[in-house]
Amino acid sequence: MAEDQTADVPGIIDRYGGDPGMLIPMMQDVQTACGYLPQADLKELSGRLVVPLSRIYSVASFYSSFRLMPKGDHTIQLCMGTVCFLKGADKIAKAIQEEFQVTPGATSPDGVFTFAPVNCVGACALAPVMVVDGEYFGGLGVDSALEQLHKIAEQGPPAEAPAADEPGASLAGVGRGKEIQKKAKKAKKGKKKDASKKDRGGQKK
Amino acid sequence: MISAATRLENAEDLRQYREDLVAARDPKARRVRICLGTGCTAKGAVKVLELFRQAAEQLDDDSVTIETKCTGCHGFCERGPIVVVDPGNIFYQNVKEEDVPEVWQESVIGGRVVERLLYKDEQTGALASTPEDIPFYRAQHRIVLALNGVIDPTRIEEYVATGGYAGLAKALGSMEPEQVVEEITRSGLRGRGGGGFPTGRKWTSARNAPGEPKYTIANGDEGDPGAFMDRSIMEGVPHAVIEGMIIGAYAIGSSQGYIYVRNEYPLAVKHLTIAIGQARDMGLLGENILGSGFSFDIRINRGAGAFVCGESTALMASLEGRVGEPRAKYIHTVESGLNGKPSVLNNVETWCNVPQIILNGADWFASLGTEKSKGTKVFSLVGKVKNTGLVEVPMGMTLRQIIYDIGGGIPEDKAFKAVQTGGPSGGCIPAEFLDQPVDFDRLTELGSMMGSGGMIVMDEDTCMVSVAKYFLEFLKQESCGKCVPCREGLAQMLDILSRITRGEGREGDVEMLQSLGELLEDTALCALGKTAAYPVLSTIRRFREEYEEHITQKHCPAKVCPGLFRYEIDMEKCKGCMVCAKKCPVEGISGEKKQPHVIDQVKCIRCGTCFEVCAFGGVVKI
Repeated sequence: MAEDQTADVPGIIDRYGGDPGMLIPMMQDVQTACGYLPQADLKELSGRLVVPLSRIYSVASFYSSFRLMPKGDHTIQLCMGTVCFLKGADKIAKAIQEEFQVTPGATSPDGVFTFAPVNCVGACALAPVMVVDGEYFGGLGVDSALEQLHKIAEQGPPAEAPAADEPGASLAGVGRGKEIQKKAKKAKKGKKKDASKKDRGGQKK
Repeated sequence: MISAATRLENAEDLRQYREDLVAARDPKARRVRICLGTGCTAKGAVKVLELFRQAAEQLDDDSVTIETKCTGCHGFCERGPIVVVDPGNIFYQNVKEEDVPEVWQESVIGGRVVERLLYKDEQTGALASTPEDIPFYRAQHRIVLALNGVIDPTRIEEYVATGGYAGLAKALGSMEPEQVVEEITRSGLRGRGGGGFPTGRKWTSARNAPGEPKYTIANGDEGDPGAFMDRSIMEGVPHAVIEGMIIGAYAIGSSQGYIYVRNEYPLAVKHLTIAIGQARDMGLLGENILGSGFSFDIRINRGAGAFVCGESTALMASLEGRVGEPRAKYIHTVESGLNGKPSVLNNVETWCNVPQIILNGADWFASLGTEKSKGTKVFSLVGKVKNTGLVEVPMGMTLRQIIYDIGGGIPEDKAFKAVQTGGPSGGCIPAEFLDQPVDFDRLTELGSMMGSGGMIVMDEDTCMVSVAKYFLEFLKQESCGKCVPCREGLAQMLDILSRITRGEGREGDVEMLQSLGELLEDTALCALGKTAAYPVLSTIRRFREEYEEHITQKHCPAKVCPGLFRYEIDMEKCKGCMVCAKKCPVEGISGEKKQPHVIDQVKCIRCGTCFEVCAFGGVVKI
């Protein structure tokens, strides 16, 4: 996880020509780099853009995609759209929260999953659907969702967590899927040596 | 042949480039089109594409050319992954990895049809080999979605070859900006995002408003749950959005454009980014477009996850890097919008219609649809309907035609209960209005609205009170909190609804909900708040007896609200397998092996576990 990681704030500001109006894209880039918005980076943004920190914080807390805490190894975006709701997404949400002791928007105590219910991912033909690390899982039931998540937990953390909100994470970029798989395998190998991490995957009943 | 990196200096270059592209197309070439929309991708289409590509690479025969390409969403998401083979336009559905070798050998190489992967009509059993033979597509009229599923969205050449940017060339080459505005006004095009405001009138106001620079904005913040029209358009035909925006910018005299895309749509962002880059490289965006002296550029902004940002003033606040709170619209955004300058904001689908109107003329567009709603509308037909997907139909088609003829009706032959249109702020339309035509005004008269085009079908198993509660929960969460009626009113209404669904409803609750709802409509600041009570008001209006039953009899007729119905065992269906008895968390089920079991209603906590685990349908809700 990336508690101490900070983004290249001056570089990000330059990318948008230093325009304070582009605050939101800048914050999105910081989050893509770090997985969340580290306090130090927000302070640096505030200082360099001459925008009060309070305003940056109000933006960070207003928009639901911003996180002020580091996220877990995997991010579960569970679709709570109307169709998913009609087909039982609320039951799946409840089951995920109980199974992994996680509340919406927060990370499980073991740091494996960040649970982020979203309004709609626009994939209604797959309802109920969840997106884990950019990969879509459709036609879920309570059991199949939990099973899938345990499988993912067992694979261990991806070597480089693909941010779910990074454009391109779920993409048709053919090849990219492979890359992620490879990384996952690598991570799995590394995991065997690391006993503490191994425990994370061992929750399956 | 001109490469994509070549700049087009004028309209003649564009025409020549198109001709070259068309001439270079091998008419005998075989093509495999694989849908890579979000729906198909999630069902494994990327792997399918990869396998077809591998097969094409390994092919050792120079006499045939085979192209494999990815396309945008075909709309028939229910049956993905979708693969179309040319020549013949053979439409294969549910194509899995293991099907690829057969399709390749038989269909692509052999020119024969793989029947088992064709669409089969449930009633007649007839096989459909082309999309035109499938009822889902037959009744549609595609203008906006015409190229979805046909072209590769990441290649500008394909868009140009099919007539792309010809509308732009016509506007820049032979029309004055006023004429463009006039053409759009005459076409009767109305905003596809929700309000249905006449686009031509909006453009006229922006054109006449003083102030520089003027901004052109595309609203791709498609926030309505259950709607994905705009996503598929941005993913499938990004150039059409861009072309529409350039024409609009020319018409109102704008030099800078923004596309505001929802955060949850990474593929749309990717395709738009690629498309903008290509358009810039070819001189279709930037300085002096097609030698006309007109300059315009577009930038993409990703939303950060706030439903209210679909509202025009909130969207513009967000573009300015602020919290997305709407403001009162004493002064419209066409006069003072982004950065206090005149701004035209149109929905993605609206922009997509623009090039076609310019190209084919206002009269052509006005000939489609009803008196006050012209053209076609894309709906995302979802929920309890057999053929989930995107449908584009002329305005004025009836709900029945859309839901039954195109959508195939309700799965498992359940009864239709209502269709919810217009997103969270829309309303529910019951069965008695199924034969009503769908257009802006008719839907409003029915107590719902067009919205952006979500159409969520609900069957007999849907509890209308719980649906209203769902929408209210959504809106309460998404309320920005700026004005009191919305912030506090929604919380109070939700509280009452929650009590009703828990079986603690009191007499007078329905009336209280109504008066709170009307208050909200009258006093809230923005469209989100003003319409937030519609789901509650419309379900009360159409399904009041369901509310009453929850309140007075503590019973949920659709058997959805936990605790407001009970579980019993159907003696005839129960096989005595003991599974439910073992799984029951309160040991409330008794019975001998191979004998029908009984649920102890006193012990039962109505958790529904027995209902879920029974493999014989032996547990019923009463």
